[in-house]
Amino acid sequence: MTMNFEKYDSKPTRHGFGEGLVELGEKDERIVVLGGDITGSVMTSMFKDKFPDRFFSIGIAEQNATTIATGLALSGKVPFFASYGAFCALRNADQLRISVCYNEANVKIGGGHSGISVGPDGATHQILEDMAFLRALPHMTLVVPCDYVEARKATVAIGEFDGPAYIRFGRSATPVFTRPETPFVLGKAEVFRPGNDVAIIACGPMVWEALVAAEELSREGIEARVINLHTVKPLDVETVVTAARECGAVVTAEEHQILGGMGSAVAQAIVKNAPVPMEFVGVTDTFGGSGDPDHLMEVFGLTSEYIVKSVRKVVKRKAQESSSIQSITQVGELGEGPENYPKPGEKYPMEELQKAEANYPPEGVPEKSLEPVG
Amino acid sequence: MPYTNERQTPEKLSEIAGEIRRDIIRSLVVAKSGHSGGPLGSSDIFAALYFGGVMNYDPNNPWMEGRDRFVLSAGHMCPVLYATLANAGFFPRSELLTLRQFGSRLQGHPGRDMHLPGIETSSGSLGQGLSIAVGMAMADKLVDGNTARVYSLTGDGELQEGSIWEAVMSASHFKLDNFCMIVDNNDCQIDGRIGDVMNVYPLKEKFESFNFHTIEVDGHDLAALVEAFEEAKSVKGKPTCIIAKTYMGRGVSFMEDDYKWHGNPPNPAQAEQALADLDA
Repeated sequence: MTMNFEKYDSKPTRHGFGEGLVELGEKDERIVVLGGDITGSVMTSMFKDKFPDRFFSIGIAEQNATTIATGLALSGKVPFFASYGAFCALRNADQLRISVCYNEANVKIGGGHSGISVGPDGATHQILEDMAFLRALPHMTLVVPCDYVEARKATVAIGEFDGPAYIRFGRSATPVFTRPETPFVLGKAEVFRPGNDVAIIACGPMVWEALVAAEELSREGIEARVINLHTVKPLDVETVVTAARECGAVVTAEEHQILGGMGSAVAQAIVKNAPVPMEFVGVTDTFGGSGDPDHLMEVFGLTSEYIVKSVRKVVKRKAQESSSIQSITQVGELGEGPENYPKPGEKYPMEELQKAEANYPPEGVPEKSLEPVG
Repeated sequence: MPYTNERQTPEKLSEIAGEIRRDIIRSLVVAKSGHSGGPLGSSDIFAALYFGGVMNYDPNNPWMEGRDRFVLSAGHMCPVLYATLANAGFFPRSELLTLRQFGSRLQGHPGRDMHLPGIETSSGSLGQGLSIAVGMAMADKLVDGNTARVYSLTGDGELQEGSIWEAVMSASHFKLDNFCMIVDNNDCQIDGRIGDVMNVYPLKEKFESFNFHTIEVDGHDLAALVEAFEEAKSVKGKPTCIIAKTYMGRGVSFMEDDYKWHGNPPNPAQAEQALADLDA
């Protein structure tokens, strides 16, 4: 199979979420939406404009919004509350655990601006630990759509069943490579590319990276099966275990911490049923930082390049037994793993700053940032 | 040359606030993202606090024992804090042009991992900074028994976070007269006017009912701001809240009092206009 990677447009998954909400609102009068001040960012503004009577602004109060949503749900409504994932997955963790999940309340949470690709806002806003918590919650459904089209389908899907659900989406525009007719069933992983040498299991924007990696690997003679694991919970154990049995090696890829995320869920299913060598692509037990989104994805190892490296390694492990012991957060072989965020002074050493100080303030409007070193 | 922390006249403070505002524009235009409105609107508060002879700090010894501390609870407003600290000599002003860049100490929201002098804590998840500041004030007054003071600035939209009122309750409970919070009351948040998004008013009565000494002040009147900070120092047995009435985007004609400028940077043409407005 050959993909033409040039022909796809890019659009943020959050737009799919916003459109999905409007679609739901048209079909079901029980749908209500709660705003957390940043409605334009997470696209709940689309619902607000269309159905102002079913939109309620709660302000910057994520814990309150989550519990108000519970009350609405227990009174027969289908409430959606969306904010940045940094604030509506973990800040309200206790509310999600007790009020939403223990009640089995029909509350839907939209976690926007997820992952490191939030970019310049920095570590406070780059949520990388949400899935670890959310997938541990009884009754919770956790879905991570791979593109804009799937985000819309996933939003509608979680609005149509009764129970707690969380949809995780991003800020940046990412390739739109699925179609309206691409199958999507909650809880059912989809094989996006056939192959029997290794399985690459990914969610969110990393599915695209997995497809790019598979093309490159194919040129090396490695045929990778690419699986879109959009529903992280409940896990499609059958598709995952079948892939492990038929391919004999698995690499997972997610824009999330390696510790506790989708890859951990896959590993549990595989270890229990069909132990095979596994590698994990994700953030390696570190916080993010400010920077250009694409650059951060590269630095933190969240690109096809690191999937390729991990596949090469796992295929080697498949062929020969290893006696070495490696850390669970090591990506690729030693020495080829992702970098950490620069230490203070690495990119902008004091002597460079002091040199630049001579020309500060600049005449008029400064044209560009200081050049980093290296 | 950086300004010192000796008390400046209101006229000089106004000049410094103008320089802070220009630095905010310079850093944001090259960052190409970040928050303009709040930082410009609160520049006078920062000028009064850091250059009005209010705070005890030493840029050459930023972590000195017994220093007064400032916690920016509204972490997204960090461009004004960075500009203020640079003008106070905590780090070179040229570093302002690294705002939000990969590897910069000037993260999009303050990150303690970058060890930038003057940044006491990471912040950016709204409401949390205020509680951290309360903890610092408890360490000073109740544990160390020193006379250091702790200041913390919150936005008015930030007051919608429930944890704010937990912090306020404890500052009052522990009679933290070394604790002074400032509310940047510009009446704007991303989605609109505070009263439309989630009403937090009346403010003065709320803080008074929590047993705070409460001062309402024109947040662009530098003499009044310095006076308010000094009044706070004289209060015994209770914390102080200064409600500073400000205008978002103050000093830049096309940004002033417009909530749409909460989270956007100026483009180069807008920055040119902004610098011209600030020079006028």
